[in-house]
Amino acid sequence: MVASSIAIEEISKELIQTRDLGVTEEGERLVELQIGPTHPGSGHMRLRVWVDGDIIVRCDPDIGFVFRTIEKLSENRIYMKTVPLVERPSLLDTTPMTIGYINALEKLMGIEPPPRAKYLRTILAELTRIASHLYGIGILAIFLGHSTGFMWGFGDRELFVELANQLSGARITYAYVVPGGVRRDMPQSFPDDVEKALRYMERRLKDWYKIFLNNPVIEDRLREVGVLRKNDAVKLGITGPNLRASGVDFDVRVADPYEAYDELDFMVPVAEEGDAYARTLVRFEEIKQSINIIRDALKKMPSGDIIHPQIARMFNPLMKKIYEETRRVKFPGIFASLKPPKGEATARVEAGRGEALFHIVSDGSPRPYRFRWTTPSYRNVILFKYMIPGHRLADLPAIYGSLDYFPPEADR
Amino acid sequence: MEGGLVFIGDLDLTTRKVLKWLMERKPIKDIVEWANAFSLWPVHLMTSCCGVEMGAAYAPRFDLERYGSLPFVSPRQTNLIIIEGTLTRKMARVARITWEQMVDPKFVIAMGACAIDGGLFWNSYNVVRANEVIPVDIYIPGCPPRPEALARAILMLQQRIKSRGITRHDLELIEKNLKLEKVEFARK
Amino acid sequence: MASQQPQASQQRLALGKALEELATRLSEHLKGVATKVEADKRSMVINIEVDRSRILEAAKILSSLGFDHVKSLTGVDYPDKGVIELMVHIGSYSRGLRRIMAILRSKLDRKDPRTPTLTQIWPSSELQEREAWEMFGIVFEGHPDLRRLLLPEEFEGLWPGRKDFEIPTRKAGEVEEPWK
Repeated sequence: MVASSIAIEEISKELIQTRDLGVTEEGERLVELQIGPTHPGSGHMRLRVWVDGDIIVRCDPDIGFVFRTIEKLSENRIYMKTVPLVERPSLLDTTPMTIGYINALEKLMGIEPPPRAKYLRTILAELTRIASHLYGIGILAIFLGHSTGFMWGFGDRELFVELANQLSGARITYAYVVPGGVRRDMPQSFPDDVEKALRYMERRLKDWYKIFLNNPVIEDRLREVGVLRKNDAVKLGITGPNLRASGVDFDVRVADPYEAYDELDFMVPVAEEGDAYARTLVRFEEIKQSINIIRDALKKMPSGDIIHPQIARMFNPLMKKIYEETRRVKFPGIFASLKPPKGEATARVEAGRGEALFHIVSDGSPRPYRFRWTTPSYRNVILFKYMIPGHRLADLPAIYGSLDYFPPEADR
Repeated sequence: MEGGLVFIGDLDLTTRKVLKWLMERKPIKDIVEWANAFSLWPVHLMTSCCGVEMGAAYAPRFDLERYGSLPFVSPRQTNLIIIEGTLTRKMARVARITWEQMVDPKFVIAMGACAIDGGLFWNSYNVVRANEVIPVDIYIPGCPPRPEALARAILMLQQRIKSRGITRHDLELIEKNLKLEKVEFARK
Repeated sequence: MASQQPQASQQRLALGKALEELATRLSEHLKGVATKVEADKRSMVINIEVDRSRILEAAKILSSLGFDHVKSLTGVDYPDKGVIELMVHIGSYSRGLRRIMAILRSKLDRKDPRTPTLTQIWPSSELQEREAWEMFGIVFEGHPDLRRLLLPEEFEGLWPGRKDFEIPTRKAGEVEEPWK
C-alpha cells in the first residue's frame, strides 16, 4: 500500500483511510490522507491532507466537530444565562471571554464597575492566561514526543488552577464576573499564596529553558519550520502570539485598554523570525510578563466596593448583611429580567490565544436579539490552508502544536 | 469413582465445550476479570471540553496510570471509550465508527452533564445524547467533573467487572433503544 | 486612585472628540458611496452604512485608507422588515488606526440575498463568508470555494441562523422589576 512507504512514526501507527488519486496534470502523484479525530495528533478536528510522496501539496481543515450553536442558543435565554455558555468553548482561559461579554453588556447598560472589581478581574484573567499557555506548551511537547514537557506543563498548571479555586470556588469554570463587578472578594491569605506560586514559577522557568527551549532536538524540530511572514500574517488576519512572533506588536491590552490594564506596567514580547520556535518563545515570555502584571496589580489594589452601587441599592436586608460580613454578592432579582435599553455594543479582549470580539444587538427585551462572537482560534484556522503546503508530513505535528489551536474555541 | 464429568464425542467440539466450561469456573474467570479491570485503556478520542479535565487526570497530580489505565493510540488495541462532553452530530458518527471497531469486551464511560442529557446545550439542534448512539456503562455528573470523579468512575467500572463479568447481557435491549438514524449519513 | 478618575474621564472626552473627527474625515472619503457614517463613542466604533450595490467600492476605499483585515463577517436577520443586514467588523494593524474598529453594514433582500465577495480585497474573510452562507443563505458571488464549514450535510438548504428556524424553549417565570 502506498501509505506504508511514508516513513513517519506517528502516522504509521494509526488506522487512516487513503485513496490513490492517480497522477495530476503537474505530474504529482497525489494521495489523500485523513488525519481524523481518533488520532493522538489531531485534537477535535479532521485534517484532510493531499501528499505527493512525503510533501504536502494541499491541506483542508474540516472543522465543526464541536459546533454547539452558542450564538443561536443565546437568543433563547436571558442575558445572565449566556455567561456559562460563553465560558465553555474556550475552557482553558475562561475569564477573558466572560470579561468581554460582560463589558459589552455594561456598555449597553451604561454602567462601569468600581476600581477594586476591575483589579480583581485583571488578576484572575492573568492567572488563567498563565494556565492556558502552560497547557499549550504541554500539548506541543506531547506532539513532539517530549513527554516530560507534557507532565511538567500540566503539573505546573495545577498550581494556578488551585489559586483560581481559592478566589472563585471552581477549578476552571468560574462565572466570577457579573454585570457591575465581581461576585466574591479575595480571601485574606490570597496575596501570600500568589506570591509563593509566582516565585516557584520563576524558578521553574529556568528549568523549562534547560530541558525544552535549549534542547537541541526541540530546536532542530522547531527552527525554520512553519515560517509565517509579516505580510501574510497581516493579510490573513491572524491574532495572538502567532501574530506577535511574526513581527507585529499588536496587543488589545495596549491598543484598546479595558479593565485595569492602562494603569499597570508591562511589556509586549515580539519576535521577528515567525517560525515555530519564535511562537513558543513568545509564549514563554508572556508567562513572565503575566507574572509581572499580577505582582503589580496586587501592589496597587484599591479598596472599596466590589459591585456597582446602583445594583447594591437593590439588595434586600439579608443580602446586604451577607455582603457586609462575608463580601459575597447574592444576586438580586433584577438579574433575572435584565432589560438593557435598545441599541448595539461591541467589546474586544485579549484572550490567551488572541483577540476575541463580542457584539450584542439588543431590542429592549430580556433576551438578546443577536449575539455575535468571534474567537481567536476561529480566525487562525485559515493558517492550515495557507501555511502548511510545502512542508514534509513529519513536520505537521510541530506546526500544529506551535499554533496553539484549540478546536472547541474555533467551533464555538 | 467420585462424581466427575466425562466428555464424549468429536475432538473439536469437545475442546470448545471444555473451553467454555473452564472460562466460567473460578480460577480462570477471576484471572480474566482481573486482567480486564486493570488494563482499561481509553482511546484518543477527544469529544469536547471535558477533555481538559481528562488530560489533567492523566497528568502528575491525579495520575490515573496507577489503576492500569493508559491512553493508547488505536481503536483496535484499546477497550474503553470515554465520551467527555457534548456529542455533536459529526462527532457522534466518529464515536459510533470507533466503537464498532473496538474488540469485545469493551466499555464506555460518559463524562459530564452534556453526555448524560445534553447539559447546558440541551436545546441545540446539533447535539445528540450519548446513549442514543452507543451503549453506556457509567455516567459521571459534573460540568466539568473533577478529575477525582473520573478516578472514581474507573474504580466503579473495575468493581462492576469483578461482580458482573465482562460481557453485557442486556445488549439486545440497549440496541433496540438506539436512535441510529441520526448517524446514518456516515454509511455512504 | 482618586486622582486618576478625572484624568480617565478627560482622556475619554479627548478620545471621543478624536473619534468624531475621524468619522467626519471618513465620510468625506466615502462621499457618494456611504449613506451614513456615524461614531459610537461607547464602543469606539464607526458605523458605515452603504447601499447593497456599493459594497465593493466602499470596501476598496476603506482598504486603501489602512483597514487591512476583517474581524467578523455575519448577518442579522430582520424578518419583519424583509432584510438581512450584512455586518462586517474591520480593523487595522497599523499604528494610527488600531484603537478603533469600523462596522460596514448593508441591507440585503431577504428573499434572495446576494453580494459580491470580499476575498479579493480582504483575504481574511474567506472562511467567515462560508459560515455566513451556511447560516443565513447569503450567496457571495465570486467566492473560490463556497461550501459548508461547520455543519453536517443534513442541514443543507435549511438556514439555521434565520429567525424562522426555531429551537425548543422553556418558559421561565419573568420577574417584573423595572431597571431604572
